[in-house]
Amino acid sequence: MNEDYEVVIGLEVHAELKTNSKIFCSCSTAFGAEPNTQICPGCAGFPGMLPVLNHRVVEIAIMAGLALNCEIAEICRFDRKNYFYPDLPRAYQISQLDLPICQNGYLEIDIDGKKKRIGITRAHMEEDAGKLVHQGNITSTPFSLVDLNRSGMPLLEIVSEPDMRSAQEARAYMEKLRSILLFAGVSNCKMEEGSLRCDANVSVRPRGQKELGVRSEIKNLNSFRALEKAVEYEARRHIEAIEDGEKLIQETRTWDEEKQITLSMRSKEEAEDYRYFPDPNLPPIKIDHKWVEKIKATLTELPDQAQQRLMEEYGLPPYDAAILTLTPEFLAYFDNCLSHYHDAKTVSNWMMGELSKHLNQNNMEINDCKIQPEALARMLSLIDEGTISGKMAKSVFEEMFASGKEPDLIIKEKGMVQISDASTLLKVIDEIIGANPGVVEDYRNGKEKAFGFFVGQVMKATRGQANPAIVNKLLKDRLKGD
Amino acid sequence: MELYELGLHDLQDIINREEVTVQEIIESTFKRIRAVDDKVKAFITLDEENALKKATDLSHKDSRKGTIAGLPFALKDVFCTRGLRTTCASRMLENYVPIYDATAVSRLNAEQGILIGKTNMDEFAMGSSTELSAFFPTRNPWDLGRVPGGSSGGCAAAVAAGEVPVALGSDTGGSIRQPASFCGVVGFKPSYSRVSRWGVVAYTSSMDQAGVIARKVEDCALVMNIIAGHDPLDATSADVEVPDYTTFLTPEIRGMKIGYPTECFKQQVDAEVKNLILAALKKYEELGAIIEEVSLPQGEYALPAYYILGPAEASANLACYDGVRFGLRDYEADNVLDMYCNSRSAGFGDEVKRRIILGTHVLSSGYYENYYLKAMKVRRLIKNDFDQVFKNFDLIITPTTPTTAFKLGEELGDSLTLYGNDIFTVPANMAGLPAISIPCGFSDGLPVGMQIIGQAFDEGRVLKAAYAFEQNTTYHKQKPSLGGEQR
Repeated sequence: MNEDYEVVIGLEVHAELKTNSKIFCSCSTAFGAEPNTQICPGCAGFPGMLPVLNHRVVEIAIMAGLALNCEIAEICRFDRKNYFYPDLPRAYQISQLDLPICQNGYLEIDIDGKKKRIGITRAHMEEDAGKLVHQGNITSTPFSLVDLNRSGMPLLEIVSEPDMRSAQEARAYMEKLRSILLFAGVSNCKMEEGSLRCDANVSVRPRGQKELGVRSEIKNLNSFRALEKAVEYEARRHIEAIEDGEKLIQETRTWDEEKQITLSMRSKEEAEDYRYFPDPNLPPIKIDHKWVEKIKATLTELPDQAQQRLMEEYGLPPYDAAILTLTPEFLAYFDNCLSHYHDAKTVSNWMMGELSKHLNQNNMEINDCKIQPEALARMLSLIDEGTISGKMAKSVFEEMFASGKEPDLIIKEKGMVQISDASTLLKVIDEIIGANPGVVEDYRNGKEKAFGFFVGQVMKATRGQANPAIVNKLLKDRLKGD
Repeated sequence: MELYELGLHDLQDIINREEVTVQEIIESTFKRIRAVDDKVKAFITLDEENALKKATDLSHKDSRKGTIAGLPFALKDVFCTRGLRTTCASRMLENYVPIYDATAVSRLNAEQGILIGKTNMDEFAMGSSTELSAFFPTRNPWDLGRVPGGSSGGCAAAVAAGEVPVALGSDTGGSIRQPASFCGVVGFKPSYSRVSRWGVVAYTSSMDQAGVIARKVEDCALVMNIIAGHDPLDATSADVEVPDYTTFLTPEIRGMKIGYPTECFKQQVDAEVKNLILAALKKYEELGAIIEEVSLPQGEYALPAYYILGPAEASANLACYDGVRFGLRDYEADNVLDMYCNSRSAGFGDEVKRRIILGTHVLSSGYYENYYLKAMKVRRLIKNDFDQVFKNFDLIITPTTPTTAFKLGEELGDSLTLYGNDIFTVPANMAGLPAISIPCGFSDGLPVGMQIIGQAFDEGRVLKAAYAFEQNTTYHKQKPSLGGEQR
């Protein structure tokens, strides 16, 4: 990126709030049902129907606000946001304009070991719209189908201050926001299911300039990677335009995942006037201070506190602490492991290494993992006891991951016990030394690398079961020469 | 006396005394409708088959448990009825059959009332003459060449013509009281939020209120006992205790303090209407009430503010008629925008379009502050005016309308004159107050109505004052001739 310019980013994030029923009716919020099976005349916008607020949504929104260090409004109100679209049954969305439930919050991100505070302007409750389903090609199909299952799902729109200065920061904010919402238990935050969605406002200005540059709002950012790439792309596009003397216009753009570019949707001039006004069907909500305190008391450990705990209690580096606290499930796994095993750093290494690698490769969540934390702890103990080597452990782990079997059983079944007996190992070592006089010569002439060759050969001959520490010691003795 | 001339209470008595069967009542109701509705045109849809079936089911005494068991009622076609089309007198909903009953309807059904049919109205309750029905105009039973008022004109005409003893209407700016006044019947609009709006097709959500049109005050009380009360399906519905309204029906009003706003008579009020109201006030004085002049200084701003707030809310409330899920739809359109435009162009009448455009305008960026927000402030001032008066007074009396019923077509195309009909009725909606219109005389053979406004949730006192006047006058006993002669 051109160092003469500064990128300014603000994010608008929609998080679906975790409730059993919709925000203004009693329809189910379960994901993945057959189209239009979770609807009623209310969320389908039929004549004479009225919204009744699900108070659980308010409770969860307050919980989210507290987790994001927001002020909780004493009085908040719903407004109608008017626009026509076939997936919006009433042709207005019930949202909050000037009296949102949460305001003036922040969260902290970690960039290259430094903490940075990102402001949260506001968070407000609103209902989701349904969705259009296109059969076949969107441009050639003569009609679209409307699925209203999602209509009326409770959302929290969280608007950040324009405090981010790079795509990396934007991604870090989004990841941190996700983990906070997950820890607070307010949303499932599944980007692939659309329960966490993100729009990015991006502008660029010459470094040192106070006023903000012309801004683009980028929609359709359905993954952390898309967010990062889109912001990078857009910032570059702006800088190039400025350098080339082109005039940028304020517009809404969409991210084309396939081409990895942003495309214009509409300019500011074409932007709709939503004609917000207070929804007369919903009385203002009074939020009692005591209610807020009660909710506050139920808030459990949040990512920042958990990170602090991991660093102070276990002496883990900040990086490890950050990774382990990405989701409450991951942290719980770590904590469970540690109640059966003594060394936090070893657990952390395995979780960030093998475990994460396998989960990612299989597109799995920690909750889907067949290895119980106790089993992982047991496997680590087996290494410490010398029953298996670290290298063997990797294949044991693989088997555990695939089958969920206990490590002891796998070792037994495969006969994978570590060979630590010196006389057995010496037999192998002597054979290899005898067969490779040239390499022995090299080693003795100072070619240190040759040592690795012998270790490898021994491991190969013992199918990895040789105890590496003992092999090292024996090899060194033998190679010294008689 | 013919069966069709009786009120709910009288019908109940003769059923209980087994002088008549429920079937006979319902059959006579439809007989009356067949005899006069060709002239009056009060009904859009009749539900004869179901009504007769219900009547049969209620033929035995033991099956009649409800408080209005076997008694006929009609509904303004703005109330959703399960399995029975609900049109709002609009092409948009011409074939719309709801799968739910409005709460008020469920409650009448639960008390075993028998729905006769759905009555005509100005399209989506926007109008004051029922000429703005997309289907046909309803006529005033007192003079078939005149309008019955609106928007609940079908209700008022049906009740006045003896087609049904009571009907539920809705009142946003006078839509129950003004037609009741024009048709010489009783029209009662309860406090805002007293009766659930759930299942009542919305016009102006912050003012819409269901109420009763009847020939007698006691029938209003009887129906109010059923329909009033909190409904968890309507978040604005008041959770305020509902008294037995019939206990207020005593003619004893000595000491009641009634104010009449001087501003009323500065408006363009028909001289005869004015005289009749003054005479009515005298009557109250005779009955022992204390009458004094009061002031509602912001009253003159009520009408313009109403015609900003009403359309503003309507522009959003009527946006759901987009042709996507129900109602009229242009299936030929090439794209979704054309589908919207064509469906809405064909589905809505001129007045509905006018108010949608007006409402859209006053909410638009750059106009919101000067129109919508200012009107909301006016609304607050109007409420303050009333609060001030009600510190010292029990009730306020005004004419219901400045004139008697006008001729069909007379005010069509002149929206401002038409809107002027609501000048006395709108303030009660703006402030959410209960108000009734009762007959207080005749001018040139046409009924004149008097409006009594009470404090919020003080419906009982309004009914009491209305009942006292009714019991001491005979206007409500006069019946239209329905001779078919047009003036």
